[in-house]
Amino acid sequence: MPTAWLVWAALTDHLGANPAETLQLQTGRWALRLLLVTLAITPLRRLTGWNDAVRFRRMLGLFAFYYATLHFLIYLVLDQYFDWRAIVKDIAKRPFITMGFTALMLLVPLALTSTKGWIRRLGRRWQTLHRLIYVSAVCAVIHFIWKVKVVIGEPVLYAGILTVLLGFRVIWWLRRRTVRRVARPVRPSNLPVH
Amino acid sequence: MLIRNAPDVRSSEVTDERQYLRRREFIRLAGGAVAAAATGGLLGACGGSGVDAAVSPAASTAASGDQSPLQIAQHVVTTDEKLNTFEQITNYNNFYEFGSDKSDPARYAGQLHTSPWTVKIDGHCARPADYHVEDLIKPFELEERIYRHRCVEAWSMVIPWVGIPLASVLRRAEPTSKATFVEFTTLLRPSEMPGQRDPILNWPYTEGLRMDEAMHPLAILAVGIYGKTLLNQNGAPIRLVVPWKYGFKSIKSIVRIRFVDRMPHTAWSDQNPSWYGFYSNVNPDVSPVRWDQSRERRLPGLFATRKTLIFNGYGDQVASMYAGMDLRKNY
Repeated sequence: MPTAWLVWAALTDHLGANPAETLQLQTGRWALRLLLVTLAITPLRRLTGWNDAVRFRRMLGLFAFYYATLHFLIYLVLDQYFDWRAIVKDIAKRPFITMGFTALMLLVPLALTSTKGWIRRLGRRWQTLHRLIYVSAVCAVIHFIWKVKVVIGEPVLYAGILTVLLGFRVIWWLRRRTVRRVARPVRPSNLPVH
Repeated sequence: MLIRNAPDVRSSEVTDERQYLRRREFIRLAGGAVAAAATGGLLGACGGSGVDAAVSPAASTAASGDQSPLQIAQHVVTTDEKLNTFEQITNYNNFYEFGSDKSDPARYAGQLHTSPWTVKIDGHCARPADYHVEDLIKPFELEERIYRHRCVEAWSMVIPWVGIPLASVLRRAEPTSKATFVEFTTLLRPSEMPGQRDPILNWPYTEGLRMDEAMHPLAILAVGIYGKTLLNQNGAPIRLVVPWKYGFKSIKSIVRIRFVDRMPHTAWSDQNPSWYGFYSNVNPDVSPVRWDQSRERRLPGLFATRKTLIFNGYGDQVASMYAGMDLRKNY
């Protein structure tokens, strides 16, 4: 796991001249990658019919949350050293921090309701709630794009992947709507009579 | 970070202890030089006095390596903080001509040929000329300058540069009264600078200083670090160092120095004017939207808790140049 690599690199002095930045970048990168992999599960199932893939989805989502949390803790401790006032100011004032913080906050209810008990208790609403991951992932990608000085390479790649993954959902949704309309065609007799 | 294969230069070779002990004298005198200049004295003459305060009689030569050792005539120490290691300074670089990752310059800069190297000096001056970089440097004594280096990304290092005062080079070209700014240009050679194949910045990289900033005794043209010639990733064979400004002002691998009569375009400011201003003086009170500049991380430290100093701690020497200017507007 990336965590093991980071711990090993930290212990053996392989994090470079700016170890805090390396930790910050790597945890953020893995949080975003894992979010994207989580979002890839459903398209993968539908395209390949490999339904077992869904068994990994919760674990992947929780790992994304884990790295996002580490990412934030590094900011909290190494960047700001528990200066709460500075943090609040930072979140309010710097758009890329606002975006990153929003992305993390949106994941919190998802992580909390990831247990079997909560899935049962929430029923249908669970699925609706967990669609927040779409918003979170969009925020995370924008956070990355706004963070970098020059928008090339990785952030563009992730934005592209996310667009494709969300694009599947949009296409399916549109198709479902069309199918529904075909199934219940509007007949002239249904029209109000004047 | 502990470096096992530390550079083969002992700190006693880098910094003469006597000069080290006299560093505050230098700071005071350099400040005086600027004050004198501000009150009508000739900056050129005064600049010399600030530097002379730290003249070391014994020239020292650093040990050999891949790079050539340099004959250093004097040492100027502006801080008693711990130096960053050679490995840190040469492996963590922003030099987008070689890629936007900090490790890209160390990885790709080796392919750049820096010899022969010509520096064109032109524009509003009486003696424009093309110099081989060796000839540009030759008339002047090399000085070691230990400076704090503050990146706009809120990290900082302490670096033992070797170079010559920029003012010496500029004065030799005899700038005319029309010369109000100096524009610097980096080499454009996409075949050896892979980053230039992407439209990251408006290549070639350009930077600029106001004339008084350029003539300031703290501004140097560096040709080495740790007593040896610069590695390519640090801007070989010749680069600017302006320690009271964010690092991106200190343009690398210079091929042209031009005296101009208006504020020149600068690479980062063109790319994003709200993030990077022309002056870009280190200022903890002015944080353009992207960064919080009030604190910094002194590498390789983990915590970004060091308070950033106005003008990177060189306010005594340089603040008078900006008297009466709104530094929030002219960031």
